[in-house]
Amino acid sequence: MTRNAEQAIASTAAADPVEPAALRLPPVPLALKINGEDYFHEGDPAMPLLWFLRDRLRLTGTKYACDSGVCGACTVLVDGAATHACTLRMQAAAGKAVTTIEGLGKSVLHPLQQAWIEEDAVLCGYCQPGQIMAAAALLQRKPQPRESEIDALPNLCRCGAYPRIRSAIQRAAEVMRANAK
Amino acid sequence: MSTLDSAGRRRFLAVSLTATGALLVGWRVARGEPAPADLPLELLGDQLTALGPFVRIERDGRVVIGAPGCEVGQGVFTSLPMLVAEELDVDWSQVRVVQLPWGGAGTANGPGHRYGRQGGVPTDRGADWRLLREAGARVRGLLVQAAAGRWNLAVAELRCAAGKVLAPDGRSLDYGALAAAAANLPPPGAAPALKSPADFHIIGQPTRCADARAIVTGAARFGIDEYIADALVAIIVRCPYPGGRLGRYDDGATRKVAGVVEVLSLPGPLADLPFEGPLAAGVAVVAENTWAALRGCELLETEWQRDAPAASIGELARAAQAMLDASDGGLPVRSEGDFAKARKQARRVIEARYEQPFLAHATMEPPGALVDVRSGRARLFASIEDPDAAATTITRLTGIARNAIDISLPRSGGSFGRRLQNDYVAEAVLVARAVGKPVKLLWRRGDDLAHDFYRPFGVHALAATLDRKARITGWSHRCAATPRTWRNAGREGQPAHTGLLSADGFPAGLVAHLDLRFFPLGSPLPRDPGLRDDDAFEVFATQSFLDEVALAGKRDAVELRLELLGMSSAATPTQIGPPTAATARLAYALTRCAQLVGWGVPRDDGHGIGIACHATADSYLAHGFELAIEGDRLVIYRAVCVADVGRIINPLGVQAGLMGGMLASLSDTLYGAITLKDGQVRQTDFDRYRLLGMGDSPRKVVVEIVPSSAAPTLAPPSVQASVAPALANAVHAASTVRVRKLPLMPELMRLL
Ligand code: FES
Ligand code: FES
Repeated sequence: MTRNAEQAIASTAAADPVEPAALRLPPVPLALKINGEDYFHEGDPAMPLLWFLRDRLRLTGTKYACDSGVCGACTVLVDGAATHACTLRMQAAAGKAVTTIEGLGKSVLHPLQQAWIEEDAVLCGYCQPGQIMAAAALLQRKPQPRESEIDALPNLCRCGAYPRIRSAIQRAAEVMRANAK
Repeated sequence: MSTLDSAGRRRFLAVSLTATGALLVGWRVARGEPAPADLPLELLGDQLTALGPFVRIERDGRVVIGAPGCEVGQGVFTSLPMLVAEELDVDWSQVRVVQLPWGGAGTANGPGHRYGRQGGVPTDRGADWRLLREAGARVRGLLVQAAAGRWNLAVAELRCAAGKVLAPDGRSLDYGALAAAAANLPPPGAAPALKSPADFHIIGQPTRCADARAIVTGAARFGIDEYIADALVAIIVRCPYPGGRLGRYDDGATRKVAGVVEVLSLPGPLADLPFEGPLAAGVAVVAENTWAALRGCELLETEWQRDAPAASIGELARAAQAMLDASDGGLPVRSEGDFAKARKQARRVIEARYEQPFLAHATMEPPGALVDVRSGRARLFASIEDPDAAATTITRLTGIARNAIDISLPRSGGSFGRRLQNDYVAEAVLVARAVGKPVKLLWRRGDDLAHDFYRPFGVHALAATLDRKARITGWSHRCAATPRTWRNAGREGQPAHTGLLSADGFPAGLVAHLDLRFFPLGSPLPRDPGLRDDDAFEVFATQSFLDEVALAGKRDAVELRLELLGMSSAATPTQIGPPTAATARLAYALTRCAQLVGWGVPRDDGHGIGIACHATADSYLAHGFELAIEGDRLVIYRAVCVADVGRIINPLGVQAGLMGGMLASLSDTLYGAITLKDGQVRQTDFDRYRLLGMGDSPRKVVVEIVPSSAAPTLAPPSVQASVAPALANAVHAASTVRVRKLPLMPELMRLL
């Protein structure tokens, strides 16, 4: 706690006084695309994307559960790659295209969402948007994932829904392969 | 018409018509009139307040049923409305479920909540299940009465199916078309007769989670997802030393963060009194948004004061061992026959000790609450499981009358018992009062792991005396553990062993000479009161020890258990079933589990099989594992759960709950441990408090539900006590290493 605080103070102190005047002009807002729409952020560029999604846009499907990039509850797609919104700063998200669970299947459900319902993979449901986003990134890379690739998904589920999550991913993969033909 | 509720208050069935012509039926409490609650509009219109189970029938025939429970992942959002729908005789596909807020039942204390605490009140379950069915039956009765009037036929001639009233001549009327007429009828007196189980068409059908679509699209609202205008975000930096106090703090840098509006100190619990408010002293950073509050917390400088540092787990374990080394003492829990004499006369005496760590609940959604306590009214939005107690907390802290409190019950991201506590509601109320604005309190993961009501720590010393045929003649269990009763308001006045060493846990009552004793251990870490009857503490020790006794006597471990249960050792599930008495229900689950996991089947692949069983007030569970130790990995090839939890309302939901409870308990068993360093909890993130992941969960999971006509448990156990010993038994079978200390993985790696 104390160490963190010292580090944080040290970093702001170092950055502040030496900044050339030109850089202190009103910052250009950071621009990014979220679920296909353009958004701008004028606040602290160090704020994680998670709080922009939740506090500003009320896109609350992206969950908070650990703030340290471990659990995956906050998983979104950034330029197609599964990314933890809790550790991705706005300055790093600038210029990127972000997809959240709300944007995954906009008018029709994504095959993963449909499979999740059919396999009844929801327990408390809190980890599930993140699980689906992580699975979406996996299926994009590997339309026919091996068991070991599903095993390697890092998202945590305290409720222990893993067996049904696994079945749902397999079911969706099948549907998506059939659709692609 | 009126009926008496469990508190003896008279309640009236209220029937009305909404502006759009929908029929609305619910309960109105006669006295203690609560003020209008924030009820879902689509369910209520503007007509009724203070409702219990209820139903709205639209003119177009769509049906809305209010879910009266607290959904934490146990499936009551789906299963409780199924009960109403069954007796209402509608198709489940016509039904939309809407969560009801708190306040559906009258109590001596004003408004209360009947379904808030699943799993805490076993004797109530039968009554609950009947009450919701009666609610559906009464609505059906009204609709039938309306149809009888329309057709000029006797009520007895009519029947209902799939949202229609049917006449003997083939005519039919949709419920929707009868809504207006039914709303004008006087409510029926007694509930119409309930269906016989043979006629059930919804109860017992596999039914998917009713709000799955909202969850998988991100639309579902959990407590943390609620926002109201003007609300400030609060995050509390808490004292890391249990029982410690706030010294000086410097908020200079914190206050400079854009968006931070207030920094204030919060007192901790009063020494030695029950935990009724916050668990720890702290400093709250209040800000306009979450990021500002998080930054503010990082920049805050605090000094904490403490007395002597809390004992480390090693010190606690040594203290427990020393207590157990003394040959006498302890609080007698149950004694039968003469164990000391049995010991002297025994052919053999087997002894072993087991150790269990403190465990955190680690719900995926951290605790938190959104409250508004301005101008004599309170509004609370939070993921909680005991809204009655939350209301009591609000009244105690603010003086706001119970009937001026509205509580919304969003979905909760897991509970495992954590959300039966309202310490975080108290914190949010204190901060909101201080700043005079609504406050949304957020707990970070580290706050959650370091400030919990932990599942207790303990060491068990077991001894069994065997006769010449290696039958158990005597059983002694001495348990030294941190009592659940300590500073827990819900457990006040109960004996120290409550929820830690049960007087009638298996095999107590089944052996001639029995001696159960308890030794209370001190620790400043708050403990889970264990109000859920599934949270049995001693089962890791007793069910591991039974296997050790079987092995020492060269007996089959399943046969030994069956012998204790009074069953013929040759019995198979078909010979025992259908289960009736408690021991038979447990024996059935055990033998069926043995079959499914391949118990006794010779194998040459090096996989080990282990099994264990456990009975609570109304569930009988057995677990079995087939596993192998491959290098530094433990690979579970098959995990089996056989459960007798009474009649099943929703098999798909109960299966999910049993599967999830098994995996959550596996996570605790393999990795879970809260430890202390320099008097502070060391685990402040998921790296140090490891959870089971996809990759280490079992390759195959088999859950079998025993058919039963006993009253349903409504929600399956979320903590499954026989998982840990079944796993340790399987590890022994695979490796000949006996793990007597949890968490299992580090101990196994140490012993291998
Ligand atoms: S909340 Fe982002 S990984 Fe846990
Ligand atoms: S469903 Fe509860 S954490 Fe995954």
